[in-house]
Amino acid sequence: MSTREPVPFTQWDEPEGEWTLPGACPVRSNRTLMLEAAARFLFPTVLVFSVYLLIVGHYAPGGGFPGGLVAGLAFVLRYIAGGESEGAEIGSRFVVRPPVLMGLGLLVAVVSALAPVAFGAPVLASAKVTFEIPLVGTVDLVSSLVIDIGVYLLIIGVVLDLLRSLGSGIERDAREAAGEEAGP
Amino acid sequence: MITINVAMAVVLAVLYSVGFYLLLQRSLMRILIGIVVLGHGANLLLQLAGGPPARAPVLGTALPEEFADPLPQALALTAIVITFALTTYLLALGYRSWVLTGRDEVQDDVEDRRVAERERPEGSMEEDAEGPDDEEDPGSAAASDRTDEPAEVSGSGAAR
Amino acid sequence: MSTLVTLPVLLPILGAALTVLAARSARIQRLIGLMVLAAVSVVAAVLLVAADRTGPVVAELGGWPAPVGIVLVADRLSALLLLISTVVTLAVLVYAIGQRISDYGRETASTTFHPIFLLLSTGVSLAYLTGDLFSLFVAFEIMLAASYVLITRRTNASRIRSGMTYVIISLTSSLLFLTTIALVYAATGTVNLADLAGRVAALPEGLRTLLSMLTIVTFGIKAAMVPLHFWLPDSYPNAPAPVTALFAGLLTKVGVYALLRTQTLVFPGTGPSAVLLVLAVLTMVVGALGALAQDDLNRLLSFLLVSHIGFMLFGLAVYDARGAAGTALYIVHHITVQATLFLVSGLITRRTGTVSIDAMGGLARRAPMLAVLFAIPALTLAGIPPTSGFVAKLALLQAGATGGAATAVVAGFVVLASLLTLYAMVRVWVRVFWGTEKEPLPDDDPTDELVVGTARASRPMYAATVALVAVSVAIAAAAGPLSAVTEKAGSDLMARTPYIEAVLGREAVLG
Repeated sequence: MSTREPVPFTQWDEPEGEWTLPGACPVRSNRTLMLEAAARFLFPTVLVFSVYLLIVGHYAPGGGFPGGLVAGLAFVLRYIAGGESEGAEIGSRFVVRPPVLMGLGLLVAVVSALAPVAFGAPVLASAKVTFEIPLVGTVDLVSSLVIDIGVYLLIIGVVLDLLRSLGSGIERDAREAAGEEAGP
Repeated sequence: MITINVAMAVVLAVLYSVGFYLLLQRSLMRILIGIVVLGHGANLLLQLAGGPPARAPVLGTALPEEFADPLPQALALTAIVITFALTTYLLALGYRSWVLTGRDEVQDDVEDRRVAERERPEGSMEEDAEGPDDEEDPGSAAASDRTDEPAEVSGSGAAR
Repeated sequence: MSTLVTLPVLLPILGAALTVLAARSARIQRLIGLMVLAAVSVVAAVLLVAADRTGPVVAELGGWPAPVGIVLVADRLSALLLLISTVVTLAVLVYAIGQRISDYGRETASTTFHPIFLLLSTGVSLAYLTGDLFSLFVAFEIMLAASYVLITRRTNASRIRSGMTYVIISLTSSLLFLTTIALVYAATGTVNLADLAGRVAALPEGLRTLLSMLTIVTFGIKAAMVPLHFWLPDSYPNAPAPVTALFAGLLTKVGVYALLRTQTLVFPGTGPSAVLLVLAVLTMVVGALGALAQDDLNRLLSFLLVSHIGFMLFGLAVYDARGAAGTALYIVHHITVQATLFLVSGLITRRTGTVSIDAMGGLARRAPMLAVLFAIPALTLAGIPPTSGFVAKLALLQAGATGGAATAVVAGFVVLASLLTLYAMVRVWVRVFWGTEKEPLPDDDPTDELVVGTARASRPMYAATVALVAVSVAIAAAAGPLSAVTEKAGSDLMARTPYIEAVLGREAVLG
């Protein structure tokens, strides 16, 4: 830190990097500044909320499916704000293909459904661990959370795939059609 | 046995009749809306099957006899999930149809018409070949070699 | 043992997850698909033996006992149908792999085909095994959602058109099913089939009839029962051969199974059911006559499929142990033979380049192998002795003869429909395999290329078809032990106690 050049006074408030995830629409004329700015702040917030829904799902309204849908909505928001280049990818450095998320989610769900058999319990049985965490209090950890995590991943994969095929896929089709008309 | 109040019965009747009316239309969009409305009707019926409205949820905040029956709620949730998936599928199908044929109408069975119009069972192929082709959109032949449907778009993406 | 009952449902889902993850390697996808289905076949065989020896095998999911929890039940009927369905699915997968290799090359992987195929298998297994009306709905939805994708993959205008009809009809029937479930739950407060068996009996007569008719309509659409059959000859022939074979073999039969299960367990009658008898006659005759009018080979087979659904309805309508046994045997026979016929039709149309019977001819000289492959299932479908069709039809006719005057008359229609089937099949045979060779038509219909395929049939396609023909011959050869099992299954269905006792315990039956 100490070896850094002093920042010129005129540039002191310029961000050094993309401190929130980018959401800039590539087509300038289609940009909506309010939505872009809102999406930058809402995107992580909504993701955190989706994880909250996932965790409380066993005893309260929520669970893997609503959590996954809410997380999917975060990506939908970013897709609407940022256009096709952003919507379908989770962050610009961490690219996961939606089918992989779906496959992983399904795998986690099925394996956790079969796992109780190894402990001599029936398929889909669940166990509960209760422990005390200082300052937080009593925490109930239910093994069926794992199946919810599987569903959560699966649903995010589905929403991303929908964005990719029905969102940017249609945009691409439309662009190609427009290109053909403009061409020869 | 659970009985139903008049207001809810009227709502159900409206939902079901609107749903079935839309289902009988030609345009896939209207059919889609019809299916969504019908789905709402069926889910509402499932909810009502659990007993009268305005009972406490199963959260441990009320006495057990004041709980609403949780099973229909779970069933309705599952049904909603399934309807959600199939609605998006129908949307994709409608889009695909629009790309391929330029419309999203549900059409008649072409081969069935052909069989019905055939005078002799041994009708010659020269006449028969005319039938289905008249209905074909000129642009569809060009479009039909593009075989990637929306689900396949993901396939082409995965092959990267 | 109870874990074993869940495997036919869970293994294909696991396979689907793995094939999605292995989207880059066609070889691994193929391997996973084949291994999963082979494993499920073995599990189904073990379940059949166990159910036959010791009675229905029950799995309580999550350890929750019925009627609170969801149960999976494998009794003789469901284990038998599960076994034959999985074997047919396996053969169709081999055929489909062969077709994919010859159409798209050895290395073309797909993110959709294998996972969806396995999910379809999940839905079928769950539909056979579930002991719960709502899980049956979920099973139907899994199965149908997978079938929607399979029928509209590689879309062209014609496939979209027929796919739309199929999807809309299926969705309507699903929503009707959901409505039925809501009404059943409102009336009885349970969706467990075994629990329903006791509670529905206490309902007023009119309500019981209403619920029973609703299930007949719902499952009737899925089973393509006349007059609810219009969607089937419109949609099935447009799909690729293996997909059509799978749908024709399994999907409608699952509808018949659901009808058989609910009508015997939940809404038991006391004698031949007039409604079902009339529907059976209509289905048999309309289907067979419809087949005679067709020129498209796949459509002809589709109409015959409708016609033969009537045979199964007839066994159910007789409403005694013999009738139910006849239906069970007929389903087993028909799953195999109908799938085989569509696979052979796929080979024929690939060879001739058209689906029009008028445009074919003289194929016996060019492809004697195909002639034999077509003749055996064709004669089996018509029910010529000593094929499995004869055995199954004999069981139905016996049930009809002993069921009373009305069923004896309908048994006459069974013979009539069989003769019409034979006539249709002989007509196809004469026009396709004898006569003069015709020039392949100029490709005027862009749909042909996708339905028929252009590349030559590869070896796995023939192998799968031969294997299925062998299975149907084996069914005829093992007719003795097989009908022993179906007869016991039939009397189980009528007695109802073994099923209810296995699910709810002994007290439920006594009280």
